[in-house]
This record gives sequence, C-alpha cells and structure tokens, in this order.
Amino acid sequence: MESKKNYLTNGHTVGSWLLTIDHKRIGILYLLSVTAFFMLGGFFALLLRLELLTPRGDLFTSDIYNRIFTMHGVAMVFFFMIPAIPAAIGNFVLPIMVGAKDLAFPRINLLSWYLYIIGAALAFVSIVMGGVDTGWTFYTPYSSTYSTSAVTSAALGVFIAGFSSILTGLNFIVTVHKMRAPGMTWFRLPLFVWAHYATSLIMILGTPVIAVTVLLVFLERAFGFGFFDPRLGGDPVLFQHLFWFYSHPAVYIMILPSMGVISELVAAFTKKRPFGYEFIAGSSLAIALLGFFVWGHHMFVSSQSMYAGIVFSIITFLVGVPSAVKIFNWLATFYKGSITFETPMIYVLGFFGLFMVGGLTGLFLAIMAIDVHVHDTYFVVAHFHYIMVGGTVMGYLGGLHYWWPKMSGKMYNEALGRIAAIGIFLGFNLTFFPQFIAGYLGMPRRYHIYAEEFQIFNILSTGGAMVLGLSFIIPIFNMLWSLKFGKDAPANPWNAKGLEWTIPSPPTTHNFETTPIVTEEAYAYAPHDKGGH
Amino acid sequence: MMDFLLQYFPEQAGLLSAEVDAIYIFMLAVSLFFTVLVVALSVIFSIQYRKRNEKMPEAIHGNLVLELTWTGIPLLLTLFMFAWGTAVYIKQVRIPENAKEIFVVGKQWMWKIQHGEGPREMNELHVPINQPIKLTMTSEDVIHSFYIPAMRMKQDTVPGRYSFMWFQATKPGKYHIFCAEYCGTKHSGMIGSLYAMEPADYQKWLDERIKNPLEPVANQPASSSSVESPVVHGEKLFTELKCITCHSQTSGAMGPDLAGLFGRDVKLEDGRTVPADETYLRHSIINPADGIVQGYSALMPTYKGQVSEEQLLSLVAYIKSLQSKKN
Ligand code: HEC
Ligand SMILES: [Cu+2]
Ligand SMILES: [Cu+2]
Repeated sequence: MESKKNYLTNGHTVGSWLLTIDHKRIGILYLLSVTAFFMLGGFFALLLRLELLTPRGDLFTSDIYNRIFTMHGVAMVFFFMIPAIPAAIGNFVLPIMVGAKDLAFPRINLLSWYLYIIGAALAFVSIVMGGVDTGWTFYTPYSSTYSTSAVTSAALGVFIAGFSSILTGLNFIVTVHKMRAPGMTWFRLPLFVWAHYATSLIMILGTPVIAVTVLLVFLERAFGFGFFDPRLGGDPVLFQHLFWFYSHPAVYIMILPSMGVISELVAAFTKKRPFGYEFIAGSSLAIALLGFFVWGHHMFVSSQSMYAGIVFSIITFLVGVPSAVKIFNWLATFYKGSITFETPMIYVLGFFGLFMVGGLTGLFLAIMAIDVHVHDTYFVVAHFHYIMVGGTVMGYLGGLHYWWPKMSGKMYNEALGRIAAIGIFLGFNLTFFPQFIAGYLGMPRRYHIYAEEFQIFNILSTGGAMVLGLSFIIPIFNMLWSLKFGKDAPANPWNAKGLEWTIPSPPTTHNFETTPIVTEEAYAYAPHDKGGH
Repeated sequence: MMDFLLQYFPEQAGLLSAEVDAIYIFMLAVSLFFTVLVVALSVIFSIQYRKRNEKMPEAIHGNLVLELTWTGIPLLLTLFMFAWGTAVYIKQVRIPENAKEIFVVGKQWMWKIQHGEGPREMNELHVPINQPIKLTMTSEDVIHSFYIPAMRMKQDTVPGRYSFMWFQATKPGKYHIFCAEYCGTKHSGMIGSLYAMEPADYQKWLDERIKNPLEPVANQPASSSSVESPVVHGEKLFTELKCITCHSQTSGAMGPDLAGLFGRDVKLEDGRTVPADETYLRHSIINPADGIVQGYSALMPTYKGQVSEEQLLSLVAYIKSLQSKKN
C-alpha cells in the first residue's frame, strides 16, 4: 500500500530525489549540500591554520593565502551558515511543526535549491579558475577594479544564491500564515517557528540589497560603470554601507534560527515550557527589525562621521540586550525542570558558554573607543567565530542530532555524540580564545606573514583547530554509521512535545494521514497546565 | 603579577592608550562576572534539577519582575559602557589645534609619508613625543588602514578623499605600523615602524633629513622628492600648473580667489552649499565639473591623471595656507 511507505522509501530513483517537491526530501538535499560546503570551508580553514603556525610564509605564496581565506569565508558564510539551519532543518521540520503537509509553494522550494546549487557551482568555478582574493566582504575598489582574481563568477554565485534564500523566506512566511493546522494559533507555535518567521523577514528585506550590491560590483568590473571606484567617479565607502546593510542582519539570519533550535532543545530536555515564551518569540522579531539599523558599527574607522558612529554605537547596544537576555530565559527554564543530558543537550550547554563569550565581546566592539583599536584585528575574527561557530554551528549540530531520528528513522550512537560535542567545545575554545589576545595585542586579520610576538597564540590556535577538525568528523561518521547500524527510531525518542513527534520516524510523504487538530500549546509538558492561550 | 598581565597588552605608548585599556579592563571584569554567573547557574541547575523520576515538572510561564530585572540591569550597564566609550572616542577623533601635521599616502603596498617641514620617509614615521601629531591621509589605489597598536589608533585611508587621525606618543621607542584593511597580495607586508623620539632627537633627525633627503621615489617627478615643505612645493606647482593664471588674486580673474576659502561654506551653481574642507579642495582640482562655484562658469580644466596624490596634498596644503596669510 502506498501510504505505508515513508518519505525515504517512496521512490528510489535519482529523479525521484532531484525532481522531488517533498519539503523533507528537499531538506535532505540541502543537508547534503551544506555539509559538502562545510567540509570544503573547513578544509580551507585547516590550510590557513597550518600556514599560520609560523610567522613566515612557508606553505603558500601570499596570493594563494589570500585566496584560501576568501574561499573559506565565501563557502562558510554564503553556502553553509546562511542556509544551514533554515534550508536544511527548517525545510524539514517547519511544515510539520505547524501541522502542514508541505510548504506553501513546494515547486518554488525545489527552485530555491536549484538556485543555491547554481550559485554554488559558480562559486566553485571561481575556485577552479584560480580562486578569489577579495575576502568574503568584497570591499571596493579592490574587488571592483584592482583584483585580478576570479571575482566575477564568485560575485554572480553569491547573487544567485541570494535568490535562493529570498524564495525560502517567502515560502516560510506564507506557510506560517496560511498553512497552520486548525487550533494552531500564533501563540501555540513552537519558538523554532517564530525564529524562522523572523529570519524569513530578514531574508526577504535584506537579501535583495546584497544581491544588487554584488551585481554593481560585477557591472563595475565587467563594464567599467563607476559606482565605487573614485577614479571612475564612484564612492568606495558606499559599498560598505550597502554591504553591511545586509550583512549585519545576515548575522541574525545565521543566529536566530539557531536560537530557535536552542529553545526547542531546552524545552525538550528540561521537559518544560520555555520561561517567558512570549518574550522569546517577540524578541526574535525585535532583533530582526532592529538589526537593520546597526550596520555602521562595522565602519567606525572608515571615515564615517563621528555623529553617525555615535548613533550606530547606541543602537548596537540596544539590539544586544534582547539577545543577551534570552540566555537568562533559557536558564530560568532549567529551574525546577527534569533535565536529561543526551547529545543535543550537551550542544545546548556548549552554546551557552560560547554564545555568552561571543555576545559579550560584541559589546567590546560596540564601544567605539575599543573598536578603533581592535577593528580588523584577530579580536574581531575571534568574536564572530564565537557567534557563528559557537552560536550557529552548535545550534545546527544540536538540532541535527535532535531531529536526526525523525529524518533518518535511526538512532545515532549516544556516547559518540557526546564525545564529539565535548571535543568541539574544547577544540573551539582552544582555537579562538587565543585570538582575542593576539587581536588586542594588535595582530591584524588577513595577514599571511605576521610579527613574531604573535606566534605563540597562533600555535595554540592551530592546535585547537586540529582538535576541532577531528571532532567535526565524528558527527558525520556517527550519522552515516547510524544509517547502517543504528537502532530504529521510535516516533518520539526524546519524549518531547511537538507535532513532529506525533508522526512516525521517518514520516510518510504527506506527514499527517489526517490533518491534526491542535488543542494545546506547544510545550504542554506539565500535567496541570492549561496553557496560557 | 603585573608583568604577567602586561604581556597581554600592547605597549601603552600613547596619550589615550591607558584610557582605552581602562575600558577594556572594565569590560573584561563585566564579562567575567556574567560568564561565571551563567556557567555557575547552568552547572547548579543541571545538577539540582536533573531527572529523578518520571514526574513531569510544573510549568512556570514567566515572571514579569524577573524579566524586567534581567533586562533592566544589562540595559543600564550597556548605557554606561556606551557613555564611557563615546567620551573616549570623542577624544580620539577631536584633533587638537596645535597638532603637528604629517601627510600619509597609502599605496599597494607601502606607506609614503611627508612631514610638514618637507622631509619624506617610506614605511617609517618619526615623531617627537609629547606633541600631538595629526595625520592627513589618503590612498592612491584601494582602501588601506593606518594602524598603530601602541597608540590604540587606526583610520582607513580611502582613495578619493582625505581622512584624519591623531595621536600623541608619550614614550620614546619603536612601534609597529600595520595596514589593517585588506588591500591585496602584500597586505601583510604593508607594515612599518613608528619611531617616537625625544623632541631634541627628533629635531636632529629632521635637520639631518633636510640636508640629506631620501632618494627620489621611483615614478615620482624629481621635483616632488626635494626637501620642500608641502606648502612651498604647492606654491611652485600652483605656478607650474598654471593655476595662477585663473586664480590670481587680481580682480577680473577667471576663477575665484582661493585665499580664505578653506573652512568656509561654498555655494554652488546647482544650489548646494558644501564646506570647503580638504576633500572638497582635492575634488575641485580633480573633478572641477562636479560642482561649479556660484557665479563662475565651468572653465577650469580637470587635472585628473596629471597630478599625483602627493602633489595634490601639496596643492591643498598651499591653498589652506592662503587662509592663514590673510588672518
Ligand atoms: C582655466 C582657468 C583655471 C585654471 C587653469 C584653474 N582653475 Fe581652478 N577654477 C577655475 C574656475 C572658473 C573655477 C570656478 C568654477 C568651478 O568651480 O569649476 C575654479 C575653481 C577652483 C576651486 C574651487 C574654488 C571655490 O571657491 O570653491 C579650486 C580649489 C581651484 N579652482 C583650484 C585650482 C587649482 C589648484 C588649479 C591648478 C592646479 C586650478 N584651479 C586651475 C578656473 C581655473
Ligand atoms: Cu554588524
Ligand atoms: Cu592592507
């Protein structure tokens, strides 16, 4: 009988995957593609760390080194970090969480993935053509007129991948508005959905700006239009305004979904409704909107006016507060919980530690007097890795372990899962903590050759990167292992609430045999709790 | 103990270094406090409330007082950080009137420096201690950033405009200069040294350099490597480039009188009013057609491609000096 088949066994041909309009299969396609880019970006990072073991240039020429850090950034930011949680995990679980059979526009969802792949292919072409050397930030006029590397195809790749996220955002928003099951009111939505709703707003409002900006770089390069190069009558700093207008909110594209995951995990492993649910939901939206007004904090020393700097500085502090406060909400959820420590929960604890440090050092950078000194040094490198790896990747891996039984129908090895989570936490700190010190001492970022007194910090960093790299391999191995040897996953291995745990693992193609009717709030763990709404 | 800590700070060799470090240390303390708090709570709660039986815990929906407290305290703290940071930042950007002027031109991948008295140097900057130094900077090609960690100061150098930075060395010594904005192949080689010297030593160095100038810089016209102050050099260029024919101070000249121009507001034909700062003067020479001064016609030829950034700096310095002559 057709309906007995789950979404994985419902069609085995390559075509049944590449032409699928099932959100779960598209989620898996994304999962595979972002994992490939994560490995590629990680490989580049390893090369960088090896080169930086000594202050001299030993392994590569400066030109090659510059290309490697650029490709590391481009692969990680545009092709891993931005799509990772929304497009891979979100695609899979968001429709199920709201009680829908699919996203609102399944075909557009498939189109998103193809746009991503075309963008990725163009980025790959630029690697084959010798690489790009502009940094992932593509600052002009270096990128638009001076660089001789393969900027054009990389810029086009980013441009096209941008549309993939616009379409995903659109799909999520319409789905949340129109496809909720009967009884699924707004305040019964899981926080993961709220976070993705906020993220989708940024994707729709912000991504067109970056897309157009890299297009302008492309036009200046290809046809000599003068947008940014002063020799052609352009303004180089204009680029930075446009770039950061998107790229600061893009930080929230990366971090909000991860916060959504953390909220789910905290609830599931403390068996409690997240403390201050409404506050967490609302703060996601507040962060998303306020995030559009702080871009100038990347430009305190760019010759922007003093008054602009002051305004951007204060708004930055104001956005920082709601993010920081979420930590207290999660912690308060621990209070009087019934806590268990399976792998996803280890990632939650790791997230707390790393995101704390990332957030606090963000405050250092919002203080203009300090930023003047540490801007464009390793202090900034360390800060944003704490946010992006500490925040986003920890959430991503935690979420992946949490929903893996649902996605694959198999249980991974718990011991291995925990070892990896701890290894990543330790390796990460060893890699990036010394960079704060090197940065405050004045080591500029993107330096192939550096002053000798910074070497000790770089040795520590490289050592940490080895631990980190090895630990990252474990989850990949663990997941693959589970496919063959893992125990079959029950429908609800964590004893968690949420519609995704009411259907079989793995789900059937249509998710629900009959449309579910929702009668309680998202986290109705407590026996006597009637729910707030 | 102190020595042990100091190795994690760059040398405090500038007037504002200690002030920046003070905020930094305050921030470290705040961070330590909150990190310890969060870690401690995580550990305590994890142990205290680990699963003991199958009973589901009661829900706690929220607590407004608690939410307001833990939003309010960080908010007040961050406002304090903002106020302190901004106060120091204003000191970092407000350039003292009596600052000694030095010109910096960034170029892939070197720093070209000229002192107000005339001597030039390359990737090296000699300054007297205990005197504010004002750097007027630009770039010939892409964006660079002039960074002196020991002074806790940095400023991007942007092609097509001037940017400014000031510092005051307080301790003689040799310190790093780095390019902090990625600028291509040899970005990490675009480095140099700051030599902070006792004023008497600096004067000696200066006199020596005026007598024995550096070799002419390659691809620069010979005239620009002679030891003339930018103002004198600019005056010569003003004649050589025939600016004088239109900008003589006699009545009936084709172009506006440039004396007293710097610092004034200029009304343009298209109705805009713009302040005549360094960037405006530079722009008027390179792209005169972009903004025609009210009451004049577009007769001035463009000098784009005919004058180097150093020559432009000299012309600008000369036009600025016309100001001071009048006063
Ligand atoms: C052919 C005549 C001519 C020559 C030669 C000429 N200028 Fe001009 N200049 C003008 C005129 C006319 C204007 C006013 C119209 C405009 O703004 O373009 C002007 C405007 C200016 C301004 C803006 C003045 C203001 O009041 O805002 C500056 C600065 C300037 N010139 C500098 C120079 C310098 C430096 C040179 C030589 C490198 C030079 N000019 C050569 C005709 C000339
Ligand atoms: Cu930002
Ligand atoms: Cu540089």
